[in-house]
Amino acid sequence: MIRRQFFTALALLATVFLAACMSPPTGLDLSQKRSTARNLYLVEVQSLADQIAINKMHAWEAKVKLATGEPVRGASITVGGGMPQHGHGYPTQPRVTKELGDGRYLIEGMKFSMSGWWELKLKIDSSAGVDDVTFNTVIAPGP
Amino acid sequence: MHFGIRHILTMAMAATVSIAGAASAFPWGGADGWSKQEMEVLSSLRLSQLAPAPEDRSNRYEGLPAAVELGKRIFFDKRFSSNGEVSCASCHDPKQQFQDGRELGRGVGTGARRTMPVVGLAHSPFLFWDGRKDSAWSQALGPLEDPAEHGGNRVAYARVLQANYQKEYEAVFGPMPGLARLPRDAGPLGDDRQRAAWKELDEPTRQAVSRVFANMGKAIAAYEKTLHYGASRMDRYLDGIVSRDASAYNVLSQQEKNGLRVFIGKGQCVTCHSGPLLSDQHFHNTGIPQRNPAKPDTGRRAAIAKVTRDEFNCMGPFSDAGKEDCDELRFIAQEDHSLDAAFKTPSLRNVALRAPYMHAGQKQTLADVVDHYRKAPASRVGHSELKRIELSEQEARDLVAFLGTLSGPILERGQANGQ
Repeated sequence: MIRRQFFTALALLATVFLAACMSPPTGLDLSQKRSTARNLYLVEVQSLADQIAINKMHAWEAKVKLATGEPVRGASITVGGGMPQHGHGYPTQPRVTKELGDGRYLIEGMKFSMSGWWELKLKIDSSAGVDDVTFNTVIAPGP
Repeated sequence: MHFGIRHILTMAMAATVSIAGAASAFPWGGADGWSKQEMEVLSSLRLSQLAPAPEDRSNRYEGLPAAVELGKRIFFDKRFSSNGEVSCASCHDPKQQFQDGRELGRGVGTGARRTMPVVGLAHSPFLFWDGRKDSAWSQALGPLEDPAEHGGNRVAYARVLQANYQKEYEAVFGPMPGLARLPRDAGPLGDDRQRAAWKELDEPTRQAVSRVFANMGKAIAAYEKTLHYGASRMDRYLDGIVSRDASAYNVLSQQEKNGLRVFIGKGQCVTCHSGPLLSDQHFHNTGIPQRNPAKPDTGRRAAIAKVTRDEFNCMGPFSDAGKEDCDELRFIAQEDHSLDAAFKTPSLRNVALRAPYMHAGQKQTLADVVDHYRKAPASRVGHSELKRIELSEQEARDLVAFLGTLSGPILERGQANGQ
């Protein structure tokens, strides 16, 4: 809980003072639990790093459920995204490297090369169908 | 786990100000006219915040003093070139910030890009302007076999090593292979004759020679890793405001402070020139004019295939790393079209001391560079990430003045004084 609060605070903080650089849009939805575009899945993501440091590669976890709450196993998940305000993607190509059970998937190769607004896009393909979801993250400046 | 927690965001949104204040490292406010939000950014630029360069597991010799010493001697030794007149230091001149001040590097011929300063390179996951190498040791090998740079070949280099550094080499890397029966010149990247001679060699011999060559790179990298930047005036000022030491507030002039404000504010420079090295270590298309429009340089785009196929990369046979240590290569971005004609964000440390600028020396002065970012011209290849930045003439001059505060000494670890 503390970690999540810290991350949230960090993200909000970034939103505030990035006004000096290239501001993320106001009212950006930073929730880490979202329904996919066609409501096929409910997806929750979180960083597994204690603290996200710029330019440090780390892993995330995605938890995928059906709308009924049943965990989705054996899904094929494509990872994409980047910085919409800069028109570039991640400095790396993150991807799902392992299924952890109970609808949980390990995303390795995540790296944020600069502060600001980043999108994390997941395309989920399972027997329930194909659907996608976009999460927003705001990365604070740091060494 | 944290998955069960809901509504925290909504609550946090409602309490943005108080949370931001509580999480800030500067809850008491800013100093010398900076807001606490600006202080967060400024603090992150200080050299004192630079973490040690990560260990390069693909080079297990990098920490050995004997490797550093050997690498330093090789770095300055002109015998490692086809004409006996070019060493690493010819272009990476310690008297000139480990670069050469030329638009294009000049070894035995003229290169296609600007010489990069080697200082602090161990902080970069990918080397060269296009990142076609994934370690310092692999990078060091590139120019040695480039026909425009050292112009030599790996069999010839192994011979020079054996003739002049056998004892020092073997103290670090173990016995050298016998070279007596080998042709004088042979290598996979040489001229027709050298490539033919290389093909004639059996595979174990080629491997043995290539390993000597790789070890040469590892020694050079060990030396290069000792080179680092010392504190600049900017660092002294920023350390001063962070520690509330008012005596340091006048380390920068008002004009330089104005330029710093542009740098972290409306100039948006800090977006890419971030952290203590003032670089995100990534690749961006910023619409810098092609030096030769008839033969466009696609930068990072073309380099991805090179680094993933390089026999001297992290996963190759000459690397000391396990595959699990090669995350940069495992997760290399390949499909991002923003990498077309993208080049690496250089560190801005000591930038005022090393004109000209950009990957092929296209800009002669820092004023020219700032002017480019103000105008943000479209890129002839791919798409520039830049958007026009509205700066007044005075703000542009202030920004250039600020860039002059980033100059500091270059230090060699293990030596008391910088050069």
